[in-house]
Amino acid sequence: MKTWIAILASSTALFAASCKKGDDAGNAKMTEGKGAAKAEPTTGPVSLSASGSTFQKAFQEVAMDSFMKSHPDIKLTYGGGGSGKGRQDLADMVVDFAGSDSKFKDEDKAKIKGGDILYFPVVLGAVTVSYNVDGADKLNLSPDTLAKIFQGDITKWNDPAIVADNKDAKLPADAIVVAHRADGSGTTDIFTKYLDAASGGAWKLKSGSTVDWPKNTQAGQGNGGVAQIVSSTKGAIGYVDLSDAKAAKLHYANIKNKNGKFIEPTSESTSAAGEGIDVKDDLTFSAVDAKGDAAYPIAGQSWIIVYAKQADPKKGAALKQYLTYLLGDAQKDLPGLDFAPLPKSLQDKAVAQLAKIQ
Amino acid sequence: MTGKPDLRGKGQLADKAFGGLAVGAAALVLLILALIAVTMTNRARPVLGHMGLDFFTSSTWSEHDNIFGALPFIWGTVYTAVIAVTLAVPVSLGVALFITQIAPVWLKRPLVYLIDLLAVVPSVVFGLWGVLMLAPHLNRSFLTAGIILAIMIVPIITSLAREVIETTAQADKEAAYALGATRWEMIMAAVIPHSKGGLVGAVMLGLGRAMGETIAAALVIGSSAQIALSPFKSGDSMPAVIANQWGEASDLQKSALIGLAVTLFVMTIVVNLIANRIVQRSMQKSRGA
Repeated sequence: MKTWIAILASSTALFAASCKKGDDAGNAKMTEGKGAAKAEPTTGPVSLSASGSTFQKAFQEVAMDSFMKSHPDIKLTYGGGGSGKGRQDLADMVVDFAGSDSKFKDEDKAKIKGGDILYFPVVLGAVTVSYNVDGADKLNLSPDTLAKIFQGDITKWNDPAIVADNKDAKLPADAIVVAHRADGSGTTDIFTKYLDAASGGAWKLKSGSTVDWPKNTQAGQGNGGVAQIVSSTKGAIGYVDLSDAKAAKLHYANIKNKNGKFIEPTSESTSAAGEGIDVKDDLTFSAVDAKGDAAYPIAGQSWIIVYAKQADPKKGAALKQYLTYLLGDAQKDLPGLDFAPLPKSLQDKAVAQLAKIQ
Repeated sequence: MTGKPDLRGKGQLADKAFGGLAVGAAALVLLILALIAVTMTNRARPVLGHMGLDFFTSSTWSEHDNIFGALPFIWGTVYTAVIAVTLAVPVSLGVALFITQIAPVWLKRPLVYLIDLLAVVPSVVFGLWGVLMLAPHLNRSFLTAGIILAIMIVPIITSLAREVIETTAQADKEAAYALGATRWEMIMAAVIPHSKGGLVGAVMLGLGRAMGETIAAALVIGSSAQIALSPFKSGDSMPAVIANQWGEASDLQKSALIGLAVTLFVMTIVVNLIANRIVQRSMQKSRGA
């Protein structure tokens, strides 16, 4: 539902942008008058605004809350609106940093107004395959079966392909009802990227924040909307992020990972996925279909994107402090929110990159 | 003359000021409308350049392949609106006739209030009700969207129909009764012929409202880009697609969504213009009679 608000918000953002310019000018004058001689630019109140990924919004809210308690001079706000909106707002320099579940697309890079950007991974999260089937409290699914279910090739719960991975379960002959997102979504992007990568060519619908689902499927708004369809429809299966799946008390499947193990989505197994991925120099990566015995394969990630050159040194310093907190102490809050902390290796790389913010 | 203040000069000034204000307000509305049309069309240009006229005729909508065809959504918009009107017209007409011709006087006011009350319920409430109550039985489909939209346009059609019907001359009705007509025959012979134009206009306004409804449609229509005749299949409508996909849309996709908005804008304006025209003409006719 947040995307609807985004339409409104993007128009108000224009307003905010014009107002903010005046504000910044005022702030700049204040620092000149007061502390031109002082070396540390962090004195005096400073406010940072951000928008973007709804995936990491719950984390941002908790982290900002406790950060602002210990740093009363720094005011932080994170408006959701979706990763696309976050990247757009950052490119237009309407916000100070953006949350995004995916990189800037190549064709959009020319529109980034503020110079070089840096990606800081801050959180990993699992996307569950939740289902509503009588007699199957536990379910094992392998990627090619999953692909065939979601594109409508497998239509019954007692299909031999499903039974082969679940010898002990009593699967009924019920029809499978596929539930997916109605709104463009990073969760859809993660899930379809996973199927594309892991199903060995079985997946034909490609990947993206929206894909052309089979026509007899059901669509819901947001993770909550898909969870609602799954919980209220016999025979339903859908992809839902871990915290919403838990909140709706759904059953979710163990998914066969690259090493052939069936893994339950948990905070630990998602962090384990972070260990088994190839991270590029700019700290971008895809956490799906990771290597490692303990890795849950349908894992997503979310970044904070910032400009390397900060025009306002006060803001830059505040941003660095907040990112340090996000990559450090705040990681401990993640399991409680049903997210997964970054593995140590990735955390170190991200902290090292902080030096590039100027 | 001496005791009374001379109001004439001041009055002229006030007249001029008020005239200017009124013209300004009217012009402002037109200007805003024109600006919306210009900026939207401008921002829709990339997709029209990319897709050409295929934008209106292709039935493929793929973010991944950068192919954006609006036809399934145009179909969904028109189809759900037609379902809505088909369901709403008998109800609205029945209610309007009941209120004006049959209901005892003490019941009229409360009934009118009740129907008008339907119009102030936020559309998202209807949408959520549809998700929770209708979707489990009818799936999220053209029909579910049509039913929800029908409920939303009943008050519009009813109140317009009621006003039109009430202008039927008492003499016409009494003449019908005098000829031995039953109430049904009177309605068919005197009320309906008199109000026909106005009723068609009322229905068209309802149609325009149904085509533009966003949130309720987005919640219950099923979000599937397909052209299907079966009302039980899921589909998608232009406003619903815009609402659902905007947040995560890439640049060209955004342009395509704005292209949908322009298409919808033009379609609703045309429907409303035709409706207004019909209503006005029938008003003139009934005044002349």
